Amino acid sequence: MSLVNEWAFIGVFVAVAWVLPALPLVVARIFQPRKPNAIKMQTYECGVETVGDTWVQFKVQYYIYGLIFLVFDIELIFLFPWAMAYNRLDFFAFGAGFLFIFLLADALIYAWRKNALEWA
Amino acid sequence: MEQACINPIDTLAACLISAGATAELASFVQILIGVVLISAFPLVLVILLIWVERKVAARVQDRLGPNRVGPFGLLQNVADAVKLILKEDITPAGADRLIYNAAPIIAVLSVLLIWAVVPFSPAHIGADLSIGLLYFVAISSIGTLAIMMAGWASNNKYALLGAFRVVAQLVSYEVPMVVALLIPVLLAGTLSMQSLVRAQIGMWFIVPCLVSAIIFYISNLAETGRAPFDLIEAESELVAGYNIEYSGMKFGLFMANEFMHAFTANLLFAVLFLGGWSGPGAEQYPLLGFVYLMLKTGVVYIFSLILRATVPRVRIDHMMAFNWKFLVPVSIINLLIAALLIQITRLLGIAPAPGETDFLAHVPQAFILLLGNLALIGGILQALRSSGRRDRLAEQARTHGDETAIIPVGSGD
Repeated sequence: MSLVNEWAFIGVFVAVAWVLPALPLVVARIFQPRKPNAIKMQTYECGVETVGDTWVQFKVQYYIYGLIFLVFDIELIFLFPWAMAYNRLDFFAFGAGFLFIFLLADALIYAWRKNALEWA
Repeated sequence: MEQACINPIDTLAACLISAGATAELASFVQILIGVVLISAFPLVLVILLIWVERKVAARVQDRLGPNRVGPFGLLQNVADAVKLILKEDITPAGADRLIYNAAPIIAVLSVLLIWAVVPFSPAHIGADLSIGLLYFVAISSIGTLAIMMAGWASNNKYALLGAFRVVAQLVSYEVPMVVALLIPVLLAGTLSMQSLVRAQIGMWFIVPCLVSAIIFYISNLAETGRAPFDLIEAESELVAGYNIEYSGMKFGLFMANEFMHAFTANLLFAVLFLGGWSGPGAEQYPLLGFVYLMLKTGVVYIFSLILRATVPRVRIDHMMAFNWKFLVPVSIINLLIAALLIQITRLLGIAPAPGETDFLAHVPQAFILLLGNLALIGGILQALRSSGRRDRLAEQARTHGDETAIIPVGSGD
């Protein structure tokens, strides 16, 4: 298959992947009973009505994990071309890769020492 | 014309052209049929997977499992699916309707899309993208989005808390998973899934990349939210987690997504580390390659089911610490060791030539890499032992220090 065909395949796949899971929902929409009422539609909590707003501020620790993840994920994407061409590179490539991965590890050690990894 | 139409799956386009269709239409029809086959396969398979899972869990717990509906209870999940379709699904008041309804579809979509690049046999693969592995990494993070959407749009506190945890968990475990994936790429020098499997014809990657296979397996368990990392749906704390407000078929889609994702993760483990379709005779008879792939996946899948039925759930702070303070550093060290050893074997001239399919040609490099991996495992165990002893001694010193203090028992009554 040519390159265009491969990406055409992915394009068609994305379209079909939207439709296939939606099908059972459509079928269910046809067959299911629909008798909504105010009590049924209430947000589930523990029996009593829910108090206050749901969309509240979240724990800051999640945000810190998000930030660390972002650093790692972006740096890892840069490692893929390096890994792919590794067979064709000489020993210098190992040195360059080592330096890059060392910086990555350095970020982890920094976050660790700053107690960013503690679930406080 | 007859020649092209004998094997309609492989030569459908040629068959259609000979029947008078234009080339564009023919290739579109071929693509569409391929897409529908590949994407419908996991959706049908999931019914069987749930049955397997329930049976295995039942056997581990000394029960029989489903055995009433159909032979061996095989139709139990078909009955469940019919029930789910006939149930009313409720959209809670205050939910963000668009996102609430799109979330289950996107959850299933995120798993289905991975199947586009899975090589089933030497001749059958959806799309052999030159960046197949990168595509897998990219697609697998869509699932996080679906769960966040579901948790946020439900307007329910349990669902939102569950979604926070899930995002922290999925996002964190993606890091060691991607680092572990780099080592097969280092060896094979390609990102195309089909070429990654071809590179394993001589030697499965689990031998030279033992540590990264283990890391990939563990972080995949967490990515798919399976025990012991199933904090996603901690029944005891969050009632059900992100999908608490979903009912009827929308809930069913989330369930199907979970089982499909677990199987897909094991499928990818088989593809990337157990040689995929490779096996004796697979090149001549592509269908045999498919059987090999399913057998390998089945073994890994059953193992993960037994694991699920036997281990308890970990606590969230332990889980995050395990990822960031153990898996990530180990995977980085592992990457450096693998890169160094590959370069050394090449300098020594014992690395196999690219595309080498002979087993013996792979032995020296694989042996050296395996030794490196075993040394790493030994080092890790030693480090864990000494740090465990240090903690124990510190604990003893602390309790020994205030021995005179009376520790009240049951003072919380």
